[in-house]
Amino acid sequence: MTLTFEDFPPGHFGTFGPRRVTREEILAFAAEFDPQPMHLDEAAAAQSMLKGLSGSGWHLCSVMMRMMFDGFIGRTASLGSPGVNEVRWLVPLRPGDDLMLDVEIAEARVSRSRPSTGIVTFKCVIRNGAGQELCEMISPIIVERRPETAVGQAG
Amino acid sequence: MRFFEDIEIGQRRELGSFIFTAELIKKFAAQFDPQRFHLDEEEGRKSLFGGLAASGWHVGSVCMKLLVADGQREAREAAARGEEVAVWGPSPGFRDLRWIKPVLANDTIHFASEIETKRSSGKRPEWGILEVRNTGTNQRGEPVFSMLATGFVPRRNAV
Repeated sequence: MTLTFEDFPPGHFGTFGPRRVTREEILAFAAEFDPQPMHLDEAAAAQSMLKGLSGSGWHLCSVMMRMMFDGFIGRTASLGSPGVNEVRWLVPLRPGDDLMLDVEIAEARVSRSRPSTGIVTFKCVIRNGAGQELCEMISPIIVERRPETAVGQAG
Repeated sequence: MRFFEDIEIGQRRELGSFIFTAELIKKFAAQFDPQRFHLDEEEGRKSLFGGLAASGWHVGSVCMKLLVADGQREAREAAARGEEVAVWGPSPGFRDLRWIKPVLANDTIHFASEIETKRSSGKRPEWGILEVRNTGTNQRGEPVFSMLATGFVPRRNAV
């Protein structure tokens, strides 16, 4: 069944994962999008502020997107997102990390400009196997309302 | 790259352009964001985007790619002049990221980067903290992407 705006009331939504990120994935993403030594080269990474090979923050965000897709967006009447309020990279992504995604709904409101849709603001926290918070993201997604609800309110 | 002391608010770097081909859009989407409008032309046309659209995370990742390339270019130029090269630190995050308009198949996006704020780090005196506004503009001159990134930059006198 497709999830609509009504299925996203404020509060805790769900926990998804684990999703393992391998060294090969970290190196492949870094080579294509973020070829800084701290993401590509063990020796340089050991010298960096992050003290060891770490995944790109953009890789972590992209994996978070995939975990959201597999967890619920793949079966949600999603129309896309206008942006991201905030991303905080707190602890580096390491090769072999098993990621868990915790999703909370911070806000859900009907769109003024497009009343057949709602704007659901998600707060996502991604943790490694040791339970450390690696990344926090707050982002709205536009979701269709159930036709009967949208019509009922318009009438 | 530059040291904290060499950076002024308002300094702008043109990072170069990137063509988001249908093939690249679908490849990224298949791996990280397989929503139908990022994978299929017809689904894209039926969506709010009006065509096969790149994942927003793809657009952000390409911006990062061009930022890194620009930093490496700048470092090579500094090294060629015999200057000491600053190695920038990791980023603690970003805020106010806006996907202003869809990036559609075969759009050419030009990226630029402008220093918005700078301050010294309280916890790490050898580092400064910058906020940088990164933007993307399409071939029609329309802004499509904007974000305010935070980064650690080494201080010259700490080396």
